[in-house]
Amino acid sequence: MTTSTKNAVSITDAFLEIGKNLPQSNWNSALRKEGISLLSAQGLPASKVEEYKFTPVAKKIQDTLSNLSHAPASSNVVAEKVDEHRIPGLDSHVVVFNNGSYDATLSAFDSSEVTVTSFGDMPTDSLEKTLGKIAPAGKDPFIALNQLAIESGVWIEIATGTALKKPVLILQFVEGSLQGQSVHQRSYIQIGKNAAATLIEKVVSLDDTPYFLNGVTEINVGENSQVAFYRLQDESKFAIEVNNTEVNVPRDATFSSAVISLQGLMIRNNLSINLLDSNSLGNMYGLYLLNGHSHVDNHTNVDHTKPHAESNELYKGILADHSRGVFNGKIFVRQDAQKTNAFQQNNNILLSEDAVINTKPQLEIWADDVKCSHGCTTGQLDEEALFYLRSRGISKESSRGMLLYAFAGEVLEKITNENFREYCVGLVQERLGSNHI
Amino acid sequence: MLKITNLHASIEGTPILRGINLEVKPGEVHAIMGPNGSGKSTLASVLAGREEYEVTEGSVLFKGKDLLDLSPEDRAREGVFLAFQYPVEIPGVSSTNFLRTAVNQVREYRGQEPLDAVKFLSLMKEKMKLVEIDQKLLSRSLNEGFSGGEKKRNEIFQMAILEPTLSILDETDSGLDIDALKIVSNGVNELKSKDNATIVVTHYQRLLDYIVPDFVHVLYQGRIVKSGTKELALELEEKGYDWIKEEVAGTAV
Repeated sequence: MTTSTKNAVSITDAFLEIGKNLPQSNWNSALRKEGISLLSAQGLPASKVEEYKFTPVAKKIQDTLSNLSHAPASSNVVAEKVDEHRIPGLDSHVVVFNNGSYDATLSAFDSSEVTVTSFGDMPTDSLEKTLGKIAPAGKDPFIALNQLAIESGVWIEIATGTALKKPVLILQFVEGSLQGQSVHQRSYIQIGKNAAATLIEKVVSLDDTPYFLNGVTEINVGENSQVAFYRLQDESKFAIEVNNTEVNVPRDATFSSAVISLQGLMIRNNLSINLLDSNSLGNMYGLYLLNGHSHVDNHTNVDHTKPHAESNELYKGILADHSRGVFNGKIFVRQDAQKTNAFQQNNNILLSEDAVINTKPQLEIWADDVKCSHGCTTGQLDEEALFYLRSRGISKESSRGMLLYAFAGEVLEKITNENFREYCVGLVQERLGSNHI
Repeated sequence: MLKITNLHASIEGTPILRGINLEVKPGEVHAIMGPNGSGKSTLASVLAGREEYEVTEGSVLFKGKDLLDLSPEDRAREGVFLAFQYPVEIPGVSSTNFLRTAVNQVREYRGQEPLDAVKFLSLMKEKMKLVEIDQKLLSRSLNEGFSGGEKKRNEIFQMAILEPTLSILDETDSGLDIDALKIVSNGVNELKSKDNATIVVTHYQRLLDYIVPDFVHVLYQGRIVKSGTKELALELEEKGYDWIKEEVAGTAV
């Protein structure tokens, strides 16, 4: 379609224009220069681009947003808001972002366990050596866009040997306004050796003003560490989001991700786990419950580079109304990566004839002694099971909720933090009408 | 209690039941027998409210109410229970949560207070003995990975918990070994009272040695073509169904 190609070009130009006029700092000038040059060369993806053919983000931005400038910090991000959006019952460190800018005043953490430093307060040479190395800008045009637009960001560090006593809750408050509707958020999470940490990121739409949140998170896990990273996307019906999360997992380390997507206009999650050495483990779990016109796209990528590493992946979706889901799961097993175990599963229930799911496993295996499996299913609610429950006196609505929750619950069970899991269970049950249990 | 009059039902336009008449009174046990494809399971399904069957003619009154007008859940709440021929495995739904939800929704319909966790547990414990069902099974997902016999016992266990006034056992005996059959039958007999009734749909006379029927009906080509007492079942066991088929063919000519 020539029109959408044009759209992508004009949107790209608009972002380039904004980027060129942003103030420069020492630490970000090289990143910005690279972002501008990459984005000028390739542009934001049009509908013909394979990686984005089901998820035309640029077109959606064009159709929805009126001002691509950066959204300034919102005056609505105050202490009460932070309290309101904490996870009930969960004692946690809190790191607050206000339209992508770190808010040190509202954040609260025990600095003997976690440190949070703005990029601007860090030595330029150490940033130059790290930022964009796990998530290189050439990999995805939205990373390039993030680099072009980068104004701030934080370095979150959990020191070697530290086992966090409580999780880190990252609250991303987002609010579009007349001054601007784009938020380019950036984090680098450094986890030392022999550490253990749970991080929970929750995106909060402050109102229904449309916005485009373009986040990049690089996570560098230390040897023999255990890290869980959960992301909850229960945003406004007008939220457009792309996030790129790239993770390096070294020897004897475990990284587990769970992405729970409950609402948004169009959300694209790119998750890449690089299993860099033996005995590394990567887990990727996802649940998307979509209704209305929500569109959620999960592109995951796990790269097995050395022998004796393992990855597990389970994404499940329930799609109603006119919603659309996309799942693309890449598994690379390099020639050296003998004795790899890699499992992938994507299951979907479509509740409406107008809901659509595009699912695609992509396995590239160069080693010959590996155990890899993948599977995807798409179906309707099991009518026979529904009748069975109803025949015992359970209402149609409750029966439906029980069956859908049974389907979705398998993903939520993978969340090991109890308070966060129960919080998600509550949200999901409320959505599925199964909260009578 | 139950009065079926001239019941016709079809599935996807194919008529299966072609005029069933049957009356069941409290305290009675009726056996419905017949060759494969005669409509036995269809009758059970239509009574329980399976939606793929279309009732094209006739009526079913249950305790004076038009049963066909009720949703499957309301039929259950009124006191109809179908023990499935093939109980469904439902991964992720815990047996206990399922049963407690069922019991409390039935109680709510009947204007009774819901059972709290403690009372429900003691009800479960009491009924578990009846069908000798292992607690371990009930801590699993509903019917998931159960053997055939365990599934059938779980059906009778659910029946015991829900205390229906009309139980319909759809080939509950098929595929059971003799020990499981005894346990299941014993459970059904224990639950029998002067106020409730049972319809036993079966292919084999063997079950009727354990659950003794007051009446035996032979279903053939969607109609009850012969009714009698338990001796009729013995006669069928001995002579098969051919003589019935011939009789039907004869009257048709």
